[in-house]
Formats: sequence, structure tokens, C-alpha cells
Amino acid sequence: MSWPALAALVVGSYSCKWFGVFVLSRLGGPDATPSSGPLRWFPDIAALIPAALFAALILVQTFDSGGLLQVDARAAGLVAGVIAVWRKAPFIMVVLVAMAVTALIRWQTLW
Amino acid sequence: MAGHRSEGLLLAIAVGVVGVTFGVLADAAGLTLPQIIVMSTLVFTGASQFAAVSVIDGGGSSGAAVGSAMLLAARNVLYGPVVARLLGTSGQRVLGTHLVTDETAAMASVQDNDVAAADAFWWTGIWLWSLWNLGSIGGALLGAALGEAETWGLDAAFPAAFIALLVPHLRTQPGRVAAILGGAVAIVMVPIAPAGVPLLVAALAVVPAVWWKARLAATP
Repeated sequence: MSWPALAALVVGSYSCKWFGVFVLSRLGGPDATPSSGPLRWFPDIAALIPAALFAALILVQTFDSGGLLQVDARAAGLVAGVIAVWRKAPFIMVVLVAMAVTALIRWQTLW
Repeated sequence: MAGHRSEGLLLAIAVGVVGVTFGVLADAAGLTLPQIIVMSTLVFTGASQFAAVSVIDGGGSSGAAVGSAMLLAARNVLYGPVVARLLGTSGQRVLGTHLVTDETAAMASVQDNDVAAADAFWWTGIWLWSLWNLGSIGGALLGAALGEAETWGLDAAFPAAFIALLVPHLRTQPGRVAAILGGAVAIVMVPIAPAGVPLLVAALAVVPAVWWKARLAATP
């Protein structure tokens, strides 16, 4: 990652927080959201972006192989991660289980 | 008074563990230790940091990395009205603004009164910032020690981390609509768009999801 991109991210991230604390908070009382105008859609949009982006990140990280879709050892790791989440495993266990399954399959296919 | 302080610390310890994962993945994506430190201390928005690093790891451009990270950072705008009155003098506000995250806003919003809410915000924020950074640095050093990322299945750690982050968003119907459409759009875009771009296009899935939410609200 380039330093200018990182700097942009630092400024952008603080700007979002700043806008909320210093600008949006003055447009109404606590928890107030504009009830008219295009801004009224903003809370719903911002709240739903993580769902869309996290799902996209999961699939791209699992199946993208240099611009081609490919099912490989990562897919087995994904399945293991989903099972771990379903069994309510803590975050670190979810990650470790997915890693272990993927690494094991890679190691097996070397033989 | 002490209850929310220890709750904040427990929350921060859990987030610190996530920070270790972030450090390991950022190292695997090729970020240097100074870059990882700058990101965790100054960006200080977990989901955005994970997204930026995963786009870089997937071969995406810096622009796509910043773009997807900013889309996720946008929800921090919404926490401003919740916490603004708790942040004190103008100097404290500038500093407190940096500590606005999902966790600090959530801890502040569940307190009975403003004094407890302000206390919960600051203590959670300070613990969170300290342990997130400690975790990131530890993870970066651990990642460097591990060496070859694929041997350890580190590339599978990325999607696994995002599964854990996604689950709370699937509790509502609009959340599920956004997730299914976002995932589908991204997969369709992978073969036809440069790396990183499928994520930006997937964000458009919020349009039908917001429409779905409005429709649910309209029908009693």
C-alpha cells in the first residue's frame, strides 16, 4: 500500500467521525436523523453497506484467483469458518480453524 | 460506575485479539511495520482497515483499497449525534472524535445517564485504542515470523475474519438482502473488472436493500 493512499485513508476516516460529531450532531438532537431531503436515506445506506461489502469480501477472497474464479483449498477453509461461526466459536477460533483446514489440504495435495 | 469500565476492558481485550489477526494479515498483504502502526493508530476503524488490507492482498489498486475502506467508514458519521454531547471541551472533542467506533458508541449508548455514558465512552475508547494497537503490532511481528503466508493458510484467514464480521448484519431481512446481492454482484464482477473494483460495485447492493427496508416499514 502506498503512503499517499494511507494518508488519504487517515484523513478520510477522521473526516467521517468529525462530520458526525461536529456537523450531523448539530442538525438535530441526540439520535436525530434528518426526516426529509436526500440525507434521510443516509442512515439506512450506511447501516447496510457492511452487509454488502463483507459478503463481497468473503466471496472474492475465497474464489478470486487473479481475475479468474477458482475453487481451491480456500473454499474448504471458508466452509470450516462458516461451521465455526455457526457453532458460535470466538473470532480467533473461526480464523484459526479456516487457516488450519486450508493449510492441511495444501499440505495433503503436495503428496 | 466500575461496571462499564470493566465491560469496556473486556470488549477491548476481544478487539485486541482481532487486532492480532489484522496485524498478521496486513503483514501478509505486504504492508510494512511503520504502515501497520500508522494505520492502526491513526485510521483506527477495524472494518475499514481489514477491507483496505484485503483489497491490497488481492492485487487491487490503492484507490480501490481506500474506496472500499471509506464506504465502511461512512457509518461512523452516524455515531456523531449519539456521542457528541459526551465529549466535553472542544480540545477533548477533537481527541474524542478519533475514538468514535462501533464499540465506543455502543458502550456509551447503553448507559443510564450522560455521566456514565461519557465515562464508558472514554474508558472503552482508551482501552480499545491501546489494545487494538498492541494487537496490531504483535500480529505484524508474528506475521513476519511466520514467513510464507500460503503455507499457513493465511489467505483463508481473510474470508474467515469477514464471516465473523458479517454474521451480526444478517439478523435483519434488509441485511440479508444486501449480503446476498452484494456477494452475487462481486462474484459476477471478478472476471470482468480489475481487482478491488468488484467490491465497490457490490456496495450498490444497498440500493435494493434500502428499498426493501422502506417496503417493510410501509407494510404494518
